[in-house]
Amino acid sequence: MIPEIGHYALVLSMCLAIAQAIFPLIGTMNNTPSWAALARPLAWGQALFLTIALGVLTYAFLVDDFSVRYVASNSNTLLPTIYKISAVWGAHEGSLLLWAFFLGTWSAAIAIFSKGLAQEVVSRVLAVMGMINTGFLSFMLFTSNPFDRLFQIPAEGRDLNPLLQDIGLALHPPTLYLGYVGFSVAFGFAIAALIGGRLDASWARWSRPWTTAAWVWLTLGITIGSWWAYYELGWGGWWFWDPVENASLMPWIAGTALMHSLAVTEKRGAFRSWTLMLAILAFSLCLLGTFLVRSGVLTSVHAFAADPDRGAFILAFLIVVIGGSLALYAWRAPSIFSGGRFDLISRESFLLGNNLLLTVFTFLVLFGTLAPLVYDALEWGKISVGFPWFNKMFLMVTPFLAVLIGFGPLMRWKRTDPVWLFKKLRIAMIVSVIIGLIAFIPAISTGSLLVPLGMLLMAWIIASHITAVLDRLKHKKGVGSFFADLAGKGRSYYGMVLAHLGVAMFILGATMVSHHGIETDLRMSPGESTEISGYRFRFDGVSHAPGPNYTANQGQFTIFQGDEQVAVLKPQKRTYFAQGRPMTEAAIDWGFTRDLYVSLGEDLGDGDWSMRLYYKPFVRWVWLGGLAMSLGGILCISDRRYRRKKPKKEQLAQTDTANTLVTEKS
Amino acid sequence: MKPRQKRIVFAIIAVIAIGVAAKLIIASIDAGSSYFYSPKKVLAGEAPTDQVFRIGGLVKVGSMQRIGKTLTVEFIVTDDQAAEITTHYTGILPDLFKEGQGVVARGRLRDDGIFIAEEVLAKHDEKYLAPEVKEALEEAHNEAMNKKEYAQ
Repeated sequence: MIPEIGHYALVLSMCLAIAQAIFPLIGTMNNTPSWAALARPLAWGQALFLTIALGVLTYAFLVDDFSVRYVASNSNTLLPTIYKISAVWGAHEGSLLLWAFFLGTWSAAIAIFSKGLAQEVVSRVLAVMGMINTGFLSFMLFTSNPFDRLFQIPAEGRDLNPLLQDIGLALHPPTLYLGYVGFSVAFGFAIAALIGGRLDASWARWSRPWTTAAWVWLTLGITIGSWWAYYELGWGGWWFWDPVENASLMPWIAGTALMHSLAVTEKRGAFRSWTLMLAILAFSLCLLGTFLVRSGVLTSVHAFAADPDRGAFILAFLIVVIGGSLALYAWRAPSIFSGGRFDLISRESFLLGNNLLLTVFTFLVLFGTLAPLVYDALEWGKISVGFPWFNKMFLMVTPFLAVLIGFGPLMRWKRTDPVWLFKKLRIAMIVSVIIGLIAFIPAISTGSLLVPLGMLLMAWIIASHITAVLDRLKHKKGVGSFFADLAGKGRSYYGMVLAHLGVAMFILGATMVSHHGIETDLRMSPGESTEISGYRFRFDGVSHAPGPNYTANQGQFTIFQGDEQVAVLKPQKRTYFAQGRPMTEAAIDWGFTRDLYVSLGEDLGDGDWSMRLYYKPFVRWVWLGGLAMSLGGILCISDRRYRRKKPKKEQLAQTDTANTLVTEKS
Repeated sequence: MKPRQKRIVFAIIAVIAIGVAAKLIIASIDAGSSYFYSPKKVLAGEAPTDQVFRIGGLVKVGSMQRIGKTLTVEFIVTDDQAAEITTHYTGILPDLFKEGQGVVARGRLRDDGIFIAEEVLAKHDEKYLAPEVKEALEEAHNEAMNKKEYAQ
């Protein structure tokens, strides 16, 4: 009976989503305020029923209700409670429910935090989100209902995929989905602006914090996913350019471009159409990502056995959303070069450079990801685009971005005096070149030009941002006013600085771990030792270790640096009861300058084991960089100017007339 | 130059730049990627001898063995019909590598016909079968069925 309540709640929320897609929009078109005002209550209702549905599914997991097909395939009585909860979104149906739930909660959040916004705009944004959720809910109800029942109730569930029995599953999909779905808000704002034909500075100011919020979640989601893959998959890599990873990276890059472009639109009124295009692009890429992950059209380590009907449904949905929004864009968007004028050396043009590079990179990743599909369709053979290609493309584009980042904070709008800029950044340039030159020492560079390049760019970002912050504080009351500035008006500025420093951290981590990391596979007997990069790994043998729903062989390694014992690591090879399936659980001794990573291979007989020993220098900085970017984004959102009370009437009218678009050409 | 001419020059440069970039990307994607060949095609000599490529099929039951006291494993990749490729891999196999299950390996074909795998691709789900492998198996199966019918 209880699962039917969930099912019913899902149907109701779909009805509300349909209503939300239609009535508020019609209300804004034929001036029926009562219809337009329906948007908020409908969003509330939708969020409520989706919460009920998610709650019911969670309950079904907690009480081991194996009459529900989804629970029976993804849970087990022995599964620890925390994983029963995260198993709710551990597979296809539940992750869709989570997606729809987040769409509902984002809609409700807009309904709450939009007091200062015109009713018309709120109604349109929520209507667009209603349309999106109608698509998702019908997809769920027609092809992948999480509440489907089994008529022969199994006594025991099939258990959750062992790889997913980890804290990573509790964190990664929710954060990533909050990001994906968050971009639907930016998309909603863009479509609402296109429908209304009005795209002014207040529009940009409104969609900015929402876009940044979505970006923060996506950044966190990708960072956590990378960290999870690193320790859970037992390969010790942090990025594989796998289609599914690319699927999350593409909206992130487009979203990064969108954030920067929105800054120009808010401050200078320029780049408007471009900003709209990026908002559409970012969300379309989120949908494309879902399609790639859920349809199984691409070979990927993340791919799960998939149902082709589902792929067809999402593809159709994708075409409707992308085609519809692009058609609307073509019809309504203002001319591309509308807005303020600016010089070549100005913040606008540098942000334009940032946008072009990011967009180029998005399309490169898109091309590489979809190339196997294109080649197959044209019968050119079945290819897989490898790691080296993506790395090459990455290195062709991103160094230029890192150079631009350094100039950004000191740049002025409209026009910056190049001589002044050069004088300001002279010291930063010298410092970074010196650091780059130092990195040419063979022990640091390992013979690769990329290490000096990486170190130079890292130093450049850090030094130029310190310069910029000092310059800013000099215009206030000196360095001492930093905290007052941070607490006061400077939040979004420092948010930007922190996020950019995150890029520097990422460069440090990625450069070091790529060139100084050591990975060895070897066979070891108990008592045997091997030395890697100054660390001596002693294999003490393998013993038996029980677990709640698995049994494990647990190896023990004692690691010495010189004579000093650094760590004892206990990697496991587990066998899960329910499916009898093996899984490697790596053991890691982590640190800011290096990770020592051990994972067990197979029992080779006579007490010998095959094993994988890794030395991963500075790998943590890859994720610390991601965290810094997210924190930077949060600082930006917390800036007071986004929480300003309703602007005064006459002010609003002024900006409106000044910025009304020339869409009514005809 | 007049603004109009400027724009035309700019457009021409942009078109050329995009064209060159596209050409470079497509050329490099060919170099940086690996093609898939079914066991049957490898036996027919269609696979390149000087390039990395991928093979896929099922790991033949009972074919897996370790070579001496090394980390090298030998197994046979089969399309479940006639075609079989002996494969060597040195290193640690992914968790879900199992006899009778689907596998995709990337590597080179040695002169003696043994496929030297540089990488055995992992998967996250036991039920998952890479689309290429699925197709290769189905093709081999259909062909075998056709032959049988023809013989009758």
